[in-house]
Amino acid sequence: MLDYIQGYLSSNVTPGQAGNVFWATVYILIVFGAISVAVMAMNWLERKALAHFQIRLGPMRVGPHGLLQPIADAIKLLTKEDIIPSGADKFVFWIAPLIILCAAFTVYIVVPFGPTHAITDLNIGILFMLGVASLSVLGVVMAGWASNSHYPLIGALRSSAQMVSYEVAMGMAVVSAILMTSLHGLGMYGVAANSTGTGTLSMIDIVKAQQEQHVWFFFKFFPLGLVAFGIFAIAMVAETNRAPFDLPEAESELTAGFHTEYSGLRWSLFMLGEYAAMIAVSSIAVTLWLGGWMRPFPHTLGGETWDLVFSLFPGLTFIGLAAIAFIGVVRMPKHPYFKIQTAGLAGFGVALGLIGLILFVPPVRDRIQDIYWFAAKVAVFMYLYIWYRATWPRYRFDQLMKVGWKVLLPIAIGVLILTAIMGVLL
Amino acid sequence: MTDATKYLSHLELGEPDQTFLDSNELIINMGPQHPATHGVLRVILKLDGEKVLGTECVIGYLHRGVEKIAEHRTYTMFNPYVDRMDYVAAVSNGLGYCEAVEKLMNVEAPPRANYIRVILTELNRLASHMLWLGTHALDIGAMTPLFYTFRDREEILKIFEKYCGARLTTHAFRIGGCQYETYEGFERDVKNFLAFVPPKIDEYEELLTTNRIWLERTRGVGVISGKDCIALGVTGPVLRASGVKWDLRKAKPYAAYSDFDFEVPTGQNGDTYDRYLVRMREMRQSLRIIEQAVGKIPEGPIMAKIPKVLKPPVGEIYHSIEAPKGELGYFVVSDGSTQPYRVRVRPPSFVNLQALDVMVRGALIADVIAVIGTLDIVLGEVDR
Repeated sequence: MLDYIQGYLSSNVTPGQAGNVFWATVYILIVFGAISVAVMAMNWLERKALAHFQIRLGPMRVGPHGLLQPIADAIKLLTKEDIIPSGADKFVFWIAPLIILCAAFTVYIVVPFGPTHAITDLNIGILFMLGVASLSVLGVVMAGWASNSHYPLIGALRSSAQMVSYEVAMGMAVVSAILMTSLHGLGMYGVAANSTGTGTLSMIDIVKAQQEQHVWFFFKFFPLGLVAFGIFAIAMVAETNRAPFDLPEAESELTAGFHTEYSGLRWSLFMLGEYAAMIAVSSIAVTLWLGGWMRPFPHTLGGETWDLVFSLFPGLTFIGLAAIAFIGVVRMPKHPYFKIQTAGLAGFGVALGLIGLILFVPPVRDRIQDIYWFAAKVAVFMYLYIWYRATWPRYRFDQLMKVGWKVLLPIAIGVLILTAIMGVLL
Repeated sequence: MTDATKYLSHLELGEPDQTFLDSNELIINMGPQHPATHGVLRVILKLDGEKVLGTECVIGYLHRGVEKIAEHRTYTMFNPYVDRMDYVAAVSNGLGYCEAVEKLMNVEAPPRANYIRVILTELNRLASHMLWLGTHALDIGAMTPLFYTFRDREEILKIFEKYCGARLTTHAFRIGGCQYETYEGFERDVKNFLAFVPPKIDEYEELLTTNRIWLERTRGVGVISGKDCIALGVTGPVLRASGVKWDLRKAKPYAAYSDFDFEVPTGQNGDTYDRYLVRMREMRQSLRIIEQAVGKIPEGPIMAKIPKVLKPPVGEIYHSIEAPKGELGYFVVSDGSTQPYRVRVRPPSFVNLQALDVMVRGALIADVIAVIGTLDIVLGEVDR
């Protein structure tokens, strides 16, 4: 058994490629669990960060600093009465949230958390990801239609138009990143001038191309990579229906958009799907432009010493989080009423500290690094989502369409053409 | 749907279709329970896709019969009721009523009372505009300004609370003057507030005034010409943003307003953005007025000599003031008894709400929300 696990640990391919069904299943379970936990953490973080943007405290009552709030919310949603409107198409109404959820979770099959940390490595990985992710629009339309109500219907119409339009610009930006994988750039990026490059659609190979060319595509053909990334970063916010493009669920206009009639468990599935989709599109952005699992400055700060320094980051992060928890413990009111909360926060801090210590152990340290850097980059995007929401008003529907078709799409096509020309010339 | 169609008198509605999916025109109820209708306004929208073909406002969900109540109360007893109409600008309501009855009785409030009235009323205008800004921005999707404006409005409410014990429905003034002398440290509190708030207004403007999305959402939205405003009786910042320089504080000065130097901000385009700018500038002008007033509150009594039991002579009076939302008028008829024969209120929100249909025809759903926000209505005042 132990040998079996160790045999896996030293393998160099993803379980999907190795044809190992057992490990693939384990991976799927781990990824599903981790994403669900990440969604809960994101839920807490969003409420807290948004609150602090808005000079509020956010959840403070359920657990220390509201840490147990997502769990309380989950229990509340699970035990809520599940209402289906009388005129609704029951089957479609029932299946719509499942479609969104499945679409959001299926894309994780090809997300490369590390060179071997993916469930599988499809040779059309990025196409698969875009294709499956865009299936969620079907769920939105079904939810809006099946509710047999005006507001959800308008929300669903808005949503389908929006998601379909932004996918075009998004696709163009993705193509320009794919072009970059095959363009060597006249030895500029550390690849021999006569090399043909690696031209690939596989998520893992895209990151490997960035490794070989010694550049994140974010910086390649400056500013082309940057612009393409910017287009993707805007389009992905629209794609996931988040502020400032949250028209489908524009609270002040359409009450709750396509999921107005949903409640309880089904509603929570929509939320789970939305947050999972946010993480999924962010991981596409990270993979294509920000070097995926690569640590920062892999070449300028190369060498064994730097490798060691950067490999300490995961452990240090957790130790830092533990330190924040302990500061919270010290600052807790001393009143006996807060005794359990203080103990709970201290326990949480100890747990974080222990995880941090485990992450310092050399074999763990070496294996976890890739996942850590990937997750850290995705976390930046998650924070940006919250930041957008706190800062900006909402676009109007026609303006949203204008931005999509008249601004983003022409720029994306321009960038695509220029990238191709640059690749041939340089 | 049949219920909705009952009201659609001027929307030229044919027979309703069997289901809404068969129809190109969609009729939806916005409200009375809706996050963005500022209370219990119900707007019936006739839509072609996202485009608004017509609107019909259904009001009365908050009707409490304030005007009728007046006929069964003495003049003094009715005073607190007016605070419940526009509950975010209660001080202005009280001022209008007190001045109307004073005019009817030929009494004038002493100068000291007038200065206190001006300071509190202008503070209230700031509070009202802050609440408007927060909710208007929230309707357009910017969540954060709401919390900033509520934080700063709190400082005003604290001053009210210290002055008269109430925060929202203050009942700050009495017929003939003020009941309460300023508390110790009143001037200091107001001066502190004057120093505190301008950077905060800058903060709001930083978030919104040059924000690209805000500009796109408000420029050219809900345009109404000055001529239409006058025809519909629209007053206040909405009228001024359409280029008509009409402010009762300047045109027919009441209380102590003739003593102060201030400008009446106007716009040119009459769109939502201009109304936003006009209100933001009005906030700064209010600060100017308070600054001038607080430095030179005259000494003297705060109450005019009035009898214990008020019996105004037979007659009628119309007196109007510039409330934060527009012209707030009181028409009081006296039959010589202790109770008014009739009190008719001209609430600015009610009259301004008439402009909604003109402003949103041909616009999109999202614009309806923006326009309801920019009209700055309070349903307590619309329905009374």
